[in-house]
Amino acid sequence: MSRVSPRELAIERILQAIAYSSIAILFIITFFIFKEGLPFIFREGLGEILGGVEWRPTKGQFGILPMVVGSLLVTGGALVIGVPLGLSCAIFLVEFSTPKVRRILKPAIELLAGIPSVVYGFLGVILLVPLIRVHLGGPGLSLLAGSIILGIMILPTIISISIDVLEAVPRSYREGSIALGATTTQTVSMVVLKAARSGIVTAVILGMGRAIGETMAVIMVTGNAVAAPGSVLDSIRTLTSNIGIELAYASGDHQEALFATGVVLFVMIMVLNLAASMTRRKRIR
Amino acid sequence: MYLILHMILTRLNISTARQEAFLLFLVFFLAATGCRGTDPNAVGGVMTVAGSTSVQPFAEKLAEEFMAEHPEYNINIQGGGSSAGVRAAQTGAAQIGMSSRNLKEKEKGLHERVIAYDGIAVIVHRDNPLEGLSKKEVAGIFAGDYANWKELGGSDGTIHFVAREEGSGTRGAFEKMVMEEREISLRALVQASNGAVREIIARDPGSIGYISLGLVDNRVKALSVDGARASRQDIMGGRYELVRPFLFLTQEEPEGTARTFIEFIMGPQGQELLSAEGLIPGE
Repeated sequence: MSRVSPRELAIERILQAIAYSSIAILFIITFFIFKEGLPFIFREGLGEILGGVEWRPTKGQFGILPMVVGSLLVTGGALVIGVPLGLSCAIFLVEFSTPKVRRILKPAIELLAGIPSVVYGFLGVILLVPLIRVHLGGPGLSLLAGSIILGIMILPTIISISIDVLEAVPRSYREGSIALGATTTQTVSMVVLKAARSGIVTAVILGMGRAIGETMAVIMVTGNAVAAPGSVLDSIRTLTSNIGIELAYASGDHQEALFATGVVLFVMIMVLNLAASMTRRKRIR
Repeated sequence: MYLILHMILTRLNISTARQEAFLLFLVFFLAATGCRGTDPNAVGGVMTVAGSTSVQPFAEKLAEEFMAEHPEYNINIQGGGSSAGVRAAQTGAAQIGMSSRNLKEKEKGLHERVIAYDGIAVIVHRDNPLEGLSKKEVAGIFAGDYANWKELGGSDGTIHFVAREEGSGTRGAFEKMVMEEREISLRALVQASNGAVREIIARDPGSIGYISLGLVDNRVKALSVDGARASRQDIMGGRYELVRPFLFLTQEEPEGTARTFIEFIMGPQGQELLSAEGLIPGE
């Protein structure tokens, strides 16, 4: 009975090979980014690169601090815009709307995730950037434009995960709260959201991951100046844009510097994810 | 195809001998599996031309017309930038390399042919009342000296200056001819193509940028620099100084397909086409 037929064994082995190869791709990517970027970081000095504010790669200056700041600011901005909107939307759909409305709206929101980022960027350039330039000032291509576009782009991630998480909160919690005399609003804010907190943190982390890694839309709407911004109306450049804009023409040291940018981005995403998942674990306890 | 593979392999730091072996293998493999582009024994042949993205659109038009007349040739135009074009010509990865800047000292030794000259136009929004600036003022704007158009005799409004990215041939030429000893401010907005720069200038009344003269259209205005207009006349007369060569580079004196193609470009038909596109004849 315990004997596995050769056919079965073959299928098992093939599936195993496919599963491992997808993990292998992750390792190959990691290996190559570090292989190309690390020698450069050791040669120039991590402090020079991370602490430097001058990025003139064809003249031997490789400071990427403004880009690190740019990436963090635009990601933060996206969360400030995307999280309240996304969470409110999820709460409305789960707690206050009818199943019929939810059945129509949820797939519609998930469709948003399928729109290519270049389309978001294009809409940003055509609609949002002129609005900012005319009504708020500055060139329009700005931290604010990047944050708004990214905030919209992370909505589907945040909404659909939050909906699943809120739906998973047991019905008995709500019934208990209402039986104690709480209104629906009080129930949602005091009971349901508390119970769903760790799942909502996951939604925010995944949204953050999408925001920090986005390239095309950000290149199109942020203006890509290599200086730390003085206000939300100033232009910024993110780490991803830096690679996206310059890789095509780069050679020699310049190219290695862009790989080093990739290493920094990689480490930053790792640290953010780790920090976020640690706070999540703490809250569960 | 060959060139792309070659570039990938160069990035992977695989030795040239092994690269060649691998590429040869690949070529035979593709030939054996029936993926052959053209019959090598036929008259004419396949050729790759690669490099500057500023030259690329013109090279594509030239190749199109050339192939319409000589269907036995197959010319493949690729981008990658001026530096990549120089490298491609040196290594032989492409039969012809394209560059939109003069060769640096350490790049010399290639056979150069100027197919045309291109002006770099300093452009502003159509509604900008300014007609011209001095070269020094343009350098000052891009170095970040001026905040408001009023300081330069224009109407009240913040200056938004748009540069190309580091490594671009157009940026290199602009730095050398306009900025000279000064540096482009890090606060400059940066766009990765001539078209993207033009798009911003066309929409923002307070902006200024620089693009290839052949790509200036009626949505933007080319400023005169030091009193000379960015026009064919002033460039031919030597008055407008922001001019760079479009180079075709070959390892040796061009032969075969490369020679036929270059002769076509330098002939009346090719030069007329380039003039019609807004470039200045090469000779």
